Order: sequence, then structure tokens, then C-alpha cells
Amino acid sequence: MGFYFAQFLTGLASASALFLVASGLSIIFGVTRIVNFAHGSLYMVGAYLAYSVVNWLPHGVFGFWAAVVIAALAVGVLGAVVEFVLLRHLYRSPELFQLVATFGVVLVIQDAALAIWGPEDIVGPRAPGLDSVVRIFGEPIPEYDLALIVIGPTVLLAVWLVLNRTRWGTLVLAATQDREMAAALGINQTLLFTSVFFLGAFLAGLGGALQIPRETISLLMDLNVIAEAFVVVVIGGMGSVPGAFLAAAIIGELNAFGVLVFPQVTIVLAFLVMAVVLVLRPQGLLGRPEIHAHAPAHVREAPLQPFGHRQRLAVATVIVLLAALPMVAGDFTLVLATDILVFAVFAASLQFIMGTGGMVSFGHAAYFGLGAYGAALVVKHLGGGMVSGLVAAPLAAGLGALLFGWFCVRLSGVYLAMLTLAAAQIVWATAFQWQEVTGGDDGILGVWPPGWLADRTAYYYLALVVCCGAILALRRIVYAPFGYVLRGGRDAPLRMAAIGIDLRRHQWFAFVIAGVFAGIAGGIYVYSKGSVFPDELAIPRSVNGLIMVLFGGIQTILGPIVGALTFTVLEDQLSRLEYWRAILGAVILFVVLIAPQGIVGGLARLADAVTDRSMREAER
Amino acid sequence: MLEVNGINAYYGRAHILHDVSLGVGGGEVVALLGRNGSGKTTTLKTIMQIVPPETGSVHFDGEAITSLATYKVCRKGIGYVPEDRRIFSNLSVAKNLEAGRLPARAGLAEWTEDKLFKLFPNLRERRGNLGHQLSGGEQQMLSIARTLMGNPKLLLLDEPSEGIAPVIVEQMVRTIAELKTQGLSILLSEQNLHFARLVADRAYILETGSIKFAGTLQELESRPEVRDAFLAV
Ligand SMILES: Nc1ncnc2c1ncn2[C@@H]1O[C@H](COP(=O)(O)OP(=O)(O)O)[C@@H](O)[C@H]1O
Ligand SMILES: [Mg+2]
Repeated sequence: MGFYFAQFLTGLASASALFLVASGLSIIFGVTRIVNFAHGSLYMVGAYLAYSVVNWLPHGVFGFWAAVVIAALAVGVLGAVVEFVLLRHLYRSPELFQLVATFGVVLVIQDAALAIWGPEDIVGPRAPGLDSVVRIFGEPIPEYDLALIVIGPTVLLAVWLVLNRTRWGTLVLAATQDREMAAALGINQTLLFTSVFFLGAFLAGLGGALQIPRETISLLMDLNVIAEAFVVVVIGGMGSVPGAFLAAAIIGELNAFGVLVFPQVTIVLAFLVMAVVLVLRPQGLLGRPEIHAHAPAHVREAPLQPFGHRQRLAVATVIVLLAALPMVAGDFTLVLATDILVFAVFAASLQFIMGTGGMVSFGHAAYFGLGAYGAALVVKHLGGGMVSGLVAAPLAAGLGALLFGWFCVRLSGVYLAMLTLAAAQIVWATAFQWQEVTGGDDGILGVWPPGWLADRTAYYYLALVVCCGAILALRRIVYAPFGYVLRGGRDAPLRMAAIGIDLRRHQWFAFVIAGVFAGIAGGIYVYSKGSVFPDELAIPRSVNGLIMVLFGGIQTILGPIVGALTFTVLEDQLSRLEYWRAILGAVILFVVLIAPQGIVGGLARLADAVTDRSMREAER
Repeated sequence: MLEVNGINAYYGRAHILHDVSLGVGGGEVVALLGRNGSGKTTTLKTIMQIVPPETGSVHFDGEAITSLATYKVCRKGIGYVPEDRRIFSNLSVAKNLEAGRLPARAGLAEWTEDKLFKLFPNLRERRGNLGHQLSGGEQQMLSIARTLMGNPKLLLLDEPSEGIAPVIVEQMVRTIAELKTQGLSILLSEQNLHFARLVADRAYILETGSIKFAGTLQELESRPEVRDAFLAV
């Protein structure tokens, strides 16, 4: 009895911290519709800053709590600055751009924290006056946990009062519901949004600062907390602060008791709950269905044109040049070229689901990784050869996509994106925790191609054939009637339903196709590296795919290839530098701000703008 | 007071408004007539800069407001009541009004919640209700009241008589007359000529994004062929 009560209190204490992060995320999302990946980074900075300020202030009760507040305020300012210089330019952009931009911020903050606080984990100070335990039902409960249990609801009450009892709160709630109308009523949203970011970041910073007596401070805090915070926000209902509280409590308790029952799968449990909630109640427990869904302006799609003679010639030339590459390039370049081919397929499959299918996926790495693991497991456990491995790869990925896709196609927009992310996290957690089968963190080693393909050149040719074939096949699908149905469903879902097309089934099928092709990429990848680790399934891999699509431009078929090329070469070049993440982040931010249509799309848009203008001038 | 000069507006590549020019004088009620899809809403949105015009200009009180942010246009003194009302449905009536409140304008009486409840008595007992609990007519009134809280000098009303019960329509006619006597200028869009006749001094007719007629309502009466060509009566 006492033990379970203690466990219950532990759950509540961790729920408090989670609530602080998630409520800030939720408020920011509610008003600005921005899915802020950098929110976890703000949390991390809050922890580091609190640590530094505690050391700097005189030791004692006052010093500790003053440090917590100062750190939270500083993080609030940081959030406002990020909004001011970056995010306010993206309010009208599609989700992809916002997400990738905030991921750019994640990279920059990562390296900034590394430069300031170093790579070592830091053990934070204990809270003076709250550093012992009290006995409840005979069980020791840390005093600090009790303090957190009080702080959570107190902050909830404070935020609720600010939102519901002040003019500022009224304006925030109004803008949350209908931005355009709020503007027409004279509400200055630039100011409002910046202040919302301040509050949201402040809460994240507070959450991080309050964590320092409980958790070691490390550079992994940002992405660790963000996935869980997303789960909480989605379960609670995006934009709902009480919802975030309720959901944080559920997740906190789920973790506290889940550890007792299924110690291996606690992470999976949280995502499962989220998937179930999303399917049963898509707007979350306390969220409201959107009434005025003002979708951000659609990216204008260039009319799809089947290849003409000239394009065919160009494609043939590129393939011939690629085939000739081994004559001039060394092993090192061939490895890079193989990577580029693999990622071109990965990015093309992501572009297919997003551009043609109109479904934004934040977790496409799941299918890449499933492919890689599928092949590796066949080799490891069934003693299969490369051919069976390469067959198993798309099969495993396709099966995963079949399963997750069934849930995902029931949702749309950001909620769909969140569910894809959750799906990827489930797969990642499984690979990470199921030591006996997947090798856990150590991955699976020794997945090499047979002797006749061991040579870099030979393997490059295999990759070239498979990857070019995959991309051309995907292209065919885009131009097949199936592709037209998908695009129709993306642009006018009601019309498709009216003419009797089961759009959901088509989308589900598209999801599987995208998964299969990502799996093919994963299969080729694992044999080129000889090993696979859970990293292939993690958030950064998914985001890398998004960045490639973004670099290439979401609505162009050629895009993903150019994007994969640019990104892979860029990463290869940059990763030799010390602070390469920050540089990569800066490049991403630059592209998002300057060429939001991507490299290929940007050039196309330039041409477009010129013809547009001359059209209008001719008209006049 | 309001001068719209040769505006052209686009949605993407679709050219919606073609050289639209119109004006509203101080204390005047002007109707913008036209069939569904003729561009009335778009015209009001270009005035508010919700859809900024590609070319042409909008002046208010002699000052160019083209390419100002929407909220600044509102603060210059133009109030906008959209056709779908756009009530904040999860805020109470009182908070909807609060969201529209802007400082008083020099030389004009300030709208207060109490004055608005006198103008729209139905809203008074609904003060604590959430927006989505109101009927269509009440939502229309709240939408107008909310915009009046911003103390506008010019009111843009998009199809105020659409989709509400006949009694409420009559009340709307009286309200518009009342606002006019208080010195407010009004530009309202309408498909319903009958309603326009009851409230407006002058009218413009829009058809596929171009002005086809401009004049007083008496002039329009005397030209039934215009009326029949461009309006569904
Ligand atoms: N958001 C939009 N995107 C594209 N076209 C639009 C949009 N809104 C309106 N239109 C088109 O613009 C034209 C004018 O519409 P609108 O101004 O709403 O007319 P009205 O208010 O007179 O009914 C119509 O042909 C309509 O289909
Ligand atoms: Mg209209």
C-alpha cells in the first residue's frame, strides 16, 4: 500500500515537470499553430542556466529559488527572441517549414550549450531546505518531490487565471481560435505572439530549472523531453492548458506504474495511449475541434508534366554519368555517392507521402529503420543472405506502414504528423529496449553483402540500379491514376468523396507505398554500412528526411534527389568541423527564410514570378 | 471618407477584382450589391487588407491604408463584420466584446458594453453564455456589437441580412438606421435588394469583380434592366 502510494507521488512529481514543458508548448501551438521542436531545447537551457545561476548566487534557500526564477525568465526572453527573429516570418508557411526551422534552432542551441557548458553531464545542486525525505506510510518520499507536486497545480492555476481573468488572456484565446478575425478587430498579433512565446518559453525554462535537483543535466535533455511533451500536448488537446495538466498526470502515473509492470516498454506505453486517444478523440481529451480551420496557404504546385524528350535525355545522361562515376572516383566518394542514392530514395518516398499524398509525416525514419532492421534481423537470426535481407527490408517497412497507416490516415494536418512521430518513437523505443532481439543500443553488426559485392564499386552499382529503379517506379505511381486520386484527395477531399472514391483507403495504400520505398532505402543502407543502430529510427533521422525534402522543394519530383544530394554532401563536409550542428542549423534557417520553396522550387518560383508578371502586364 | 481606387485583387492566379473603384462619404450608408461570387466579400477584405490588392489604392480619411497590416486598418477606424460572423465560440459574450474593445476616438462617443446592450437587448441576458450557445441572429448581433467596441468611424458589414430570421432582419434595419443617426458611415454588401432599399443611400453593383452600376437607389429603381441583369431578384 505504502509503496504504491509512494509510486503514485513519484508519478505526480514527474508529471509536474512534464506539465510545465507541455503547457508552454500547448499555449504556443494554440495561438501560433507552430509545432515548436525547439521547446525541449528551451527546457534544457532552463536547466543549464539555473545550474549556473545557483552557483553564482549565494548558497541558500533564497539563492536556489531566485536562480530558478531568473533562469525561467531568461529562457522566456530567449523564446521571445527566437520568435522575433525567426518564427514570426513563418506563420503563414506550411507545417513542414515551421518544424524544420524550429529543428534548426534545436541544432544551434545544442552547439551553443556544448560550447558554454561542455559535453560532460552535470549533477545539479539539491534544493536547500528540501534535501531530505519524509516518511509517508513508512515509505521515504523526497521533500523536493512534494514541492513539485504543489508547484504543478499552482502554476496551472496561475496560467489559468492569466488566460481567463486578464484582457491579455482574452486576446490570446481569441487569437487561438481565429487569427484573421482577431486582426480585423485591431488586435496586434505580432506583439501578442511574441508575448505568448515569452510565456511558453518561460514555462519550459521553469520546468527545466526545477528539474536540476532530480535529474542530471545533459545535452540529451532537449530531444528526450520533446517527444514526451508532444505526447502530453496531443493527449490533452492542443492549446488546452488544463488538458496538458491532465495528460501530464496520466503519463506521469503511467510511467511510475508501468515501470513496475512492463519495465521494458514504458516509452511505448505513452505513445500507445496517445495513438488510442488520437483515434478515438482526435482533438485530445480537453481540446476543442477546430471550427475555423484556417489552413496556411497551400504551396502552389507546379503543374505535373510527364517527361518530354528533352527530360528523358537529361535523365538518361544523369544515369550514364552516375554509372561512369566509379571510373573517376575513389572509394571514399563512392561511399558518399551510395549514401546519396539511398537518401534520395528515402527523401523521394517522404516527398511522395507529403507532396502527392498531402500527409505530413514527422516520423518517416520508422520505415527507413524498419527496412534496415528487417534486413539485419534476417541475417542475424535467420541466417539469411543478402537477397532475403533485401526482400525483408521493404516487407518489414511495408508491414509497419500498414499497421501505423491504418491509424494515421484517420487524422489530418498536425495531428496526423504527431501520430506519425509517435509511431516512429514506438518503433525506436522497441529497437532501443528489446535488447535480446535488436541488440538495443549496441545495434546489430556484421550485416555485410556477399563477397562478390563487397567491393565498393560493385556495391555502388547495386545501389545505383536499385535506387534509380525505385525512384522511377515512384514517379510512375505519381503519374498513374492512383497518383491523380491522391492529389485530388489532397486538394479537394469532399469532391473525391462525392464521386464515390474511398479516399482513406487510397491514402492508406499510399502510406504503405511510401513505407515500402523507405524500407528499400533502409535495406540498401544497412548493407553499405554493415550495421544498424536505433539512431536510424530516431527523430533526427526523420527530420533529416524533412530537411532533404525541404531543400529540394516539396512539390517537385526532382526535388528530393537534389535535396538528398545537397544535404548529404553538406553534412559530410560540415561534420568535420567542431560546431557543425550550429552551422547546419544556420544553413537550414537560411534556406527556410530565403528560399522557402526549396532549391528546385525556388528556381521554379523565380521563373514563375517572371511569367506571372508578364502575364498580368499583358492583360492590362 | 473611404476612397477605393482601381483595385485589382487575386487569389493565387485567379484574378478576382478588376479595377474596382468606390467611395463612401461621411455619415453615408452605401450598399455593395451583387450575386453570389461576384466579389463583394473580396472587396471588403481588400479594404481591410486581409487580401491586399495587387494594384490600386485604398484611402481612408485622405490617408493611404493600402499595404497596412489589417490590425492597423482597424485601428484607423474601419470596423469589419464578416459574413460568417466569426464569433469566438468558446468565449463568453462579454469576452467577445472585450476582444473587440479599442480606445475611444477623439470627438466620438465611446461604445460601452451597456450602450451595446441597449442597442441589442437580446445580448444582455446572454452576457455569460459562450459564443456557440447563441442563435444565428444573436451571433450576428454579437459580431456587430463586438466590432462596434472598437469605436469605428466606418463599418463594413458583409451580408448582414443573410441567414437570419425575418424579425431579426427588421431589427437589423432599425439598428443600421440608428447607427447612421449616430454619425457612423456604413458600407454593406448585399444580395438582397429589398434590404438595401430599406437602409442604403447609394449602391454599387458588382458582377464578376467589376463595378457595373453606381448611383442612388432611386436611380437603380428607374433602371430595371440593370437590376435584372446583375441581381437575382
Ligand atoms: N479563398 C479563396 N480562394 C480562391 N478563390 C476564392 C476565395 N474566396 C473567394 N474566391 C472566389 O472569388 C470570387 C469572389 O468571391 P466573393 O468575394 O466571396 O464573392 P461574394 O462575396 O460576392 O459572394 C468567387 O469566384 C470565389 O469563388
Ligand atoms: Mg460574400
